[in-house]
Amino acid sequence: MDAVFKALADESRRKLLDELHKSNGQTLGELCVHLDMTRQAVTKHLLLLEAANLVAVVWRGREKLHYLNPVPIHEISERWIGKYERYRLQALSDLKRGLEQNQPKNKQPNKKG
Amino acid sequence: MAKPTLVYTTYIRSTPKKVWDAITQPKFTRQYWGGLALVSDWKKGSTWDMATAGKTPEIYTTGKVLESTPPKRLVLSWVDPENLKDVSRVSYEIAIVKDTVCLTVTHDQFKPSSTMPGRVNGGWPRVLSSLKSFLETGKGLAAANCG
Repeated sequence: MDAVFKALADESRRKLLDELHKSNGQTLGELCVHLDMTRQAVTKHLLLLEAANLVAVVWRGREKLHYLNPVPIHEISERWIGKYERYRLQALSDLKRGLEQNQPKNKQPNKKG
Repeated sequence: MAKPTLVYTTYIRSTPKKVWDAITQPKFTRQYWGGLALVSDWKKGSTWDMATAGKTPEIYTTGKVLESTPPKRLVLSWVDPENLKDVSRVSYEIAIVKDTVCLTVTHDQFKPSSTMPGRVNGGWPRVLSSLKSFLETGKGLAAANCG
C-alpha cells in the first residue's frame, strides 16, 4: 500500500492516470502528446505506477499499452469506507456533482443547526 | 489484433491452484462475488453461468468456455442473458511473479453497441479486490457483486 500512496503523491503521475482514465490502453508516444513532460519523465513515472500496480501493461506485438488499474485504489477505499457508508457517500457525491453542474446559479442556503 | 478494452491486475499471496479454484468453484466464488457463483465444468466448449444461489437461480451472465488451461488460463465468452447478441470476452491469466500470484483479467471484444463496458467497469475492481482479500484472509469484501 505504501507504493500506491507514494505513486499517487505526485501531480504528474495523477495526470498520467487521468489521461488513461480518459482513454485507456495508450502507448508511451500517445501519452506524451497530451502531457507537458519529456518522454524520459513520462517513462520514469510510468515505471513507478507499474510498480505500484496502478498501471497494467499489455504487449501488442512491439507496442506496450498502458491501462489504468483501479484494483489497488479499490483496496484502499475498502479499508476505510464501511459497508453502509458507501451508499451514503455515493449519494453525497452525486448530490454535490448534480448541484455544481446543473444549477450553478441556484445556490443552496447554508443549513445551520 | 484489436486493443483490449479493460485490463485489471492484482497480486495475491497464494498459489495458482488456489486462485484457479477460487475462480471456478461456486463454494468459493459465492464468498467474494456478492453471493454469486460461476457454475460450469470448465471444459472447452461448455456453458458457464453466473447465478444466484437457491432453488431457482437467477442468471446474471452466461457464456461458453473458450479456453481452459488449469491453473494458468481461462477464457470465456461473456453474454448478457437478456440480450444474447451482447457477447464479449473475458480472459483470466494466472502467473507467478516472485513469491506471489499475478492475476490479470482482460475484458475485451465488446460489440460496438454494447452497454457492457460501463456495467462491468466498476464491478471488476470490486470483485478482484474481494477475491484477493478472500484468498489472503479467508474473507471476501462486502458489496462485491459486479455491477
